[in-house]
Amino acid sequence: MKRVRVDHAEGRSHPIAPDGADPAREPQPRGAVIRGRRPVDHAEAAERFLAAPDHLSFHDKRLWDLREKRDRESHGIPEWEQLRQLASDIKEYALTRLDDLLEEFERNATANGVVVHWARDAAEHNRIVTDILRTHGATELVKSKSMLTEECGLRDHLQEAGVSVIETDLGERIQQLDNEDPSHVVVPAVHKLRSDVAAVFARTIGTDPGRDDPAYLAESQRMSNRPLILDARVGMTGANFLVADSGAVVVCTNEGNADLCASVPAVHIVSAGIEKIVPRTGDLGVFIRLLSRSALGSPITQYTSHFRGPRAGGEMHVILVDNGRSERLGAEEFWTSLKCIRCGACMNTCPVYRRSGGLSYGATYAGPIGLIIDPSFNRRKYSLLPYASTLNGSCTAVCPVKINIHEQILSWRRVMAEHHEPSMTKQISMKGASALLSRPSAYRAAVDGANAVLPHMPRFALYNPANAWGKGREIPQAPGQSFHAWFKARRRKP
Amino acid sequence: MLAAIRRNRPAATTVLPELQSFATLPPDGLQAEFRRRLAQMGGKLIEPGPEPDRLAPARRMIAEAGITCSMVPQLPGNRAFDRAEPASLHDVDLAVLQASFAVAETGSVALRAADLGVNALGYLAQRLLVLVDPATIVENLHLAYSRPEFHDGHYLVLQTGPSATADIEGVLIHGAQGVRALTVLLAIP
Repeated sequence: MKRVRVDHAEGRSHPIAPDGADPAREPQPRGAVIRGRRPVDHAEAAERFLAAPDHLSFHDKRLWDLREKRDRESHGIPEWEQLRQLASDIKEYALTRLDDLLEEFERNATANGVVVHWARDAAEHNRIVTDILRTHGATELVKSKSMLTEECGLRDHLQEAGVSVIETDLGERIQQLDNEDPSHVVVPAVHKLRSDVAAVFARTIGTDPGRDDPAYLAESQRMSNRPLILDARVGMTGANFLVADSGAVVVCTNEGNADLCASVPAVHIVSAGIEKIVPRTGDLGVFIRLLSRSALGSPITQYTSHFRGPRAGGEMHVILVDNGRSERLGAEEFWTSLKCIRCGACMNTCPVYRRSGGLSYGATYAGPIGLIIDPSFNRRKYSLLPYASTLNGSCTAVCPVKINIHEQILSWRRVMAEHHEPSMTKQISMKGASALLSRPSAYRAAVDGANAVLPHMPRFALYNPANAWGKGREIPQAPGQSFHAWFKARRRKP
Repeated sequence: MLAAIRRNRPAATTVLPELQSFATLPPDGLQAEFRRRLAQMGGKLIEPGPEPDRLAPARRMIAEAGITCSMVPQLPGNRAFDRAEPASLHDVDLAVLQASFAVAETGSVALRAADLGVNALGYLAQRLLVLVDPATIVENLHLAYSRPEFHDGHYLVLQTGPSATADIEGVLIHGAQGVRALTVLLAIP
């Protein structure tokens, strides 16, 4: 195994922190505290992340590096904006004809020898998987990364049913062995430093606790995975796309682990959300060009695999999962969130996500896309998440399928306010803000006032607990002159 | 489930857009772009030998390899694997394959089930040597997806360089779970 500095996969082209910079490493900050259905306190977890400078600084720079590489790759394609519009149109078309396209997919996949299952919710999905495992007498399941199986709590369910689950993606395996959720949809362990991984692997797969070289750690995981994959009777993958006109399931990975899980065991199970459907094989040209460029700034993932039927001598199952999606489809303001292709670009660009870490959201989906998906699963539990945003709109600007993410975040705040979900403190300051923003002259007076007052205000007034916005944030330097005052002054000149 | 979707689906106002190819490169520019992208994605390229034996560099590579399975009759390996149990391929060092086509934009090679013999060969082998006919290079993914191979057979992978990961501190490592190296020879068997 060798280390190379080139630009592909999830790799970066220059070092972010010098190797072994700090021998006395700080402990890894843990995620949000979960208390049943009580609202997850993102701000509390974010504060603990902000208090871990090594983790914070690496996380922030690593994700910004991905954002910069995304910019470079997308600027290399003159038709980039056209592709985003095409992707958005194709997804909107598919979602408004979802039932017909799913039936077309089922027909074509069935004709190719695939067994298609329908699951209304997580419980049905988990039961179908368990039944397939029982039929084949399997007590082990090797799988590749799937956000849907995280959403369904499949691992816990199978563990209780006496099946051991082996995540084969390196990042996902690290998270499984550390008993943590993935913190990012593409790079699940991005919030961990090499020392954290070394500690997890020393404890679980018996690596040398004194060695934290990433190449050694990755090789150790490869070697510990292999025999488990070779012995497994059943393998599982997620799906990035389902193609109606060919019945194909498309899976994108860099490690090749999805293909191992699908090609070595006799049985291949695919878990797929119903919104993954695209009408035509040709549509994949648009989406595959956008996906990895948006996610990692590479032209494609190392493996883009198209499964249309079982491997020779094998069996293939596809489980089409609803789990709240058909209900979201009926939500006028939020249905376009189903266009999401899970590239993570909105997370990489978000200043709040980069500085709070994915686990602070206490939900399956973190970052801007999480803010607009999670509340549809549980409005009370995720009632505070729509406030984990500056509404700067960067997420919307980078989204490859043109979801108006920041506008939906704002709409969710309105939904929460209507249901009296946020805390009183946040409600009061939000009311003040909305009163100001809805009356331009009052807003201008307040901004001019702020320019005069902010530099002289004592810290306790800005950062006291009654000001929810000051927590974990520095108030930006106020410009000497507001845009409006500058514009008025310019206009008077001939 | 379908009833719930029918009840909730928004009005169908969006028209399915026509697909375009966005092709701009002249035919003689395809090979250079393929080479550039293959290198960016971590793949290696070996040049064909002089006539009459254009495949000589591949033969040398096979001669130096351990257990080799080949799907190219002109470049025999040393292990028969026709319809083998996938797990029995765990000790293969080198697999020799011929791609159905290649994509310049991404440096990818297309391998179908028929090209792999046993699908798992492409993942359990430590290294791959892939022959690509230069005449089969298409410019971009739009043109790739207009090819008939996507409607025929049970499996097709667009493989781009070797298996890779950067899940630990963003450090790029070749040989994550799949092959550690991918070498392309631009030649017809």
